[in-house]
Amino acid sequence: MTNKYSESLERKIKETTKLGLDVVKEAAEDRLMTLSVGPQHPGSGHFRFTIKVDGDYIVYCDPDPGYVHRGEEKMCEYRNFIQNIPHLERPVIHDSTNITYSYSLAVEELLGIEVPRRGQFIRAIASELNRQVYTLYWLAIYGIFLGHSTMFMWPAGDRELFIDLLAALTGARVTHAFNIPGGVRNDMPEGFKEKCLEYINYFEKRLKEYEDIFYNNPLFRQRTENVGILPKEDAIDLGVTGSVLRASGVPHDVRKVEPYDVYNEIDFKVQYMKTCDSFARAYVPFLDMRESCNITRQLLDKMPESGEVRLKLQSNPKGLIGEAYKRVESGRGALSYYIVSDGSSKPYRVKISVGSFRNILALPHLLVGSHLGDMPSIYWALNYWPVEADR
Amino acid sequence: MTDVNNDRKETTSNLNIVEPDLNIEHSLYSELSSKFKDKVQLVYTKPNRIKVYVEPEHIIEVAFFLKSQLGLDHAESVCGTDYPNENVIEVIYHLNSYSHEELASIIFALSTKTDRNSSYLPSLLPVFKSVEYHERETYEMLGVYFQGHPRNERFLLPEDWADIPPLKKDFRIKGR
Repeated sequence: MTNKYSESLERKIKETTKLGLDVVKEAAEDRLMTLSVGPQHPGSGHFRFTIKVDGDYIVYCDPDPGYVHRGEEKMCEYRNFIQNIPHLERPVIHDSTNITYSYSLAVEELLGIEVPRRGQFIRAIASELNRQVYTLYWLAIYGIFLGHSTMFMWPAGDRELFIDLLAALTGARVTHAFNIPGGVRNDMPEGFKEKCLEYINYFEKRLKEYEDIFYNNPLFRQRTENVGILPKEDAIDLGVTGSVLRASGVPHDVRKVEPYDVYNEIDFKVQYMKTCDSFARAYVPFLDMRESCNITRQLLDKMPESGEVRLKLQSNPKGLIGEAYKRVESGRGALSYYIVSDGSSKPYRVKISVGSFRNILALPHLLVGSHLGDMPSIYWALNYWPVEADR
Repeated sequence: MTDVNNDRKETTSNLNIVEPDLNIEHSLYSELSSKFKDKVQLVYTKPNRIKVYVEPEHIIEVAFFLKSQLGLDHAESVCGTDYPNENVIEVIYHLNSYSHEELASIIFALSTKTDRNSSYLPSLLPVFKSVEYHERETYEMLGVYFQGHPRNERFLLPEDWADIPPLKKDFRIKGR
């Protein structure tokens, strides 16, 4: 009795497992669902990536940028060195001083000129303020996509402080076209230093409140801590830059490793973390903002009281035959220009290498294997600006 | 005015201190040339910049040596430039190091050239993971096919792009 019973049971189990295996094998391909994230999706920006999900897990990711590709590099070949400035800041209008900074540095090398000292300081101050504007904008977006609407309102409001300062300095709210080869377009207005110090002091108090309401929020921590781990070796291998790199424990900041203009006179620390997760990638820009207040104060303090801010150039300057490669630290990492000049008044070739384009290589690396619900916290922590990556 | 002049003197003296740093660039090149002899040609050295020309057939071994022995661990950018008069396309890999502090300020430009009409180059993807999207961009913008790269296909341009690669010099923007 028992033998017969056990035999039939065994047979049944074999049949069901055999059946079960087939079902599982068949379903493994059927279960995958392909989703298109963006370009109209509010959670992606002007950017699309295709993902495949198995239940809640992402098993495949393919970024497809290019929706806002303008052909900046080609456009540069048709305009002279000065005419290129206004359109070169379009890829990232929230950080427009930094994207024209390295362009100006490279053109200055090709023209063989040096910026007056006061001009160098004003440049550095403008780029620090503009980095704050960008980081606050990014923080606002990061907040709202994690469902924290206060973190959208506060940085968007405090961003106005820096926009006001930059408007007083340059005359425009976002697209400044302030850096030009040879210096900056105009001198500081009267009373700018006092106003700037006042705003920075206020902003530092606000940063403490940001930390309390956002970074110490248990919900935010749960959604970002130990999510999207990018180990140090992988970060170096993938060649990521900026806050993504520094969040993986590499203290690399262009202002420190290759100081341009007056940054070698400024005493500051490179902010980095070793936890390699989304929280670190969100927290490093915050630390950068705090350090940037420090840098701005020192710059205002050390700036010469008077002097030229701009070296007068001839109307249509011709570059020396040769090439230049210059980089600065922008809100999204190293931003470099490679310019080839054939001796005419127009550049022969301009190559823009931006942090966003380099950081997006880490997206498939981080998303594959993670939960679908973690996608916003991983994607936005990459500090990715689609328009800049597309150029 | 005198203050400004003094400041300028200071900056020039700082520049003079920077100049001995060219030692790093020269030592990078001497290590490279002792290994590869006349396969590598020095194009220029400037403060923190060095450019070396390599023939395409040697570029993978040179790149591997740069990564494994000299510590240049990633590429910042890959740039193709079209020279119709010489009938070549030059492709430059701008390499940099995160893991070696003394090399962090150096940009090592590894340059190679290919024929303009049939542009084929070996891909450096097996050596540097970081060149993946840069090489893909160079393929679509200049038509340089990277042998060994898994995806020589469209990246930034529109899906229905049906013209020559736009960064070639014979592609003209309409109306200009």
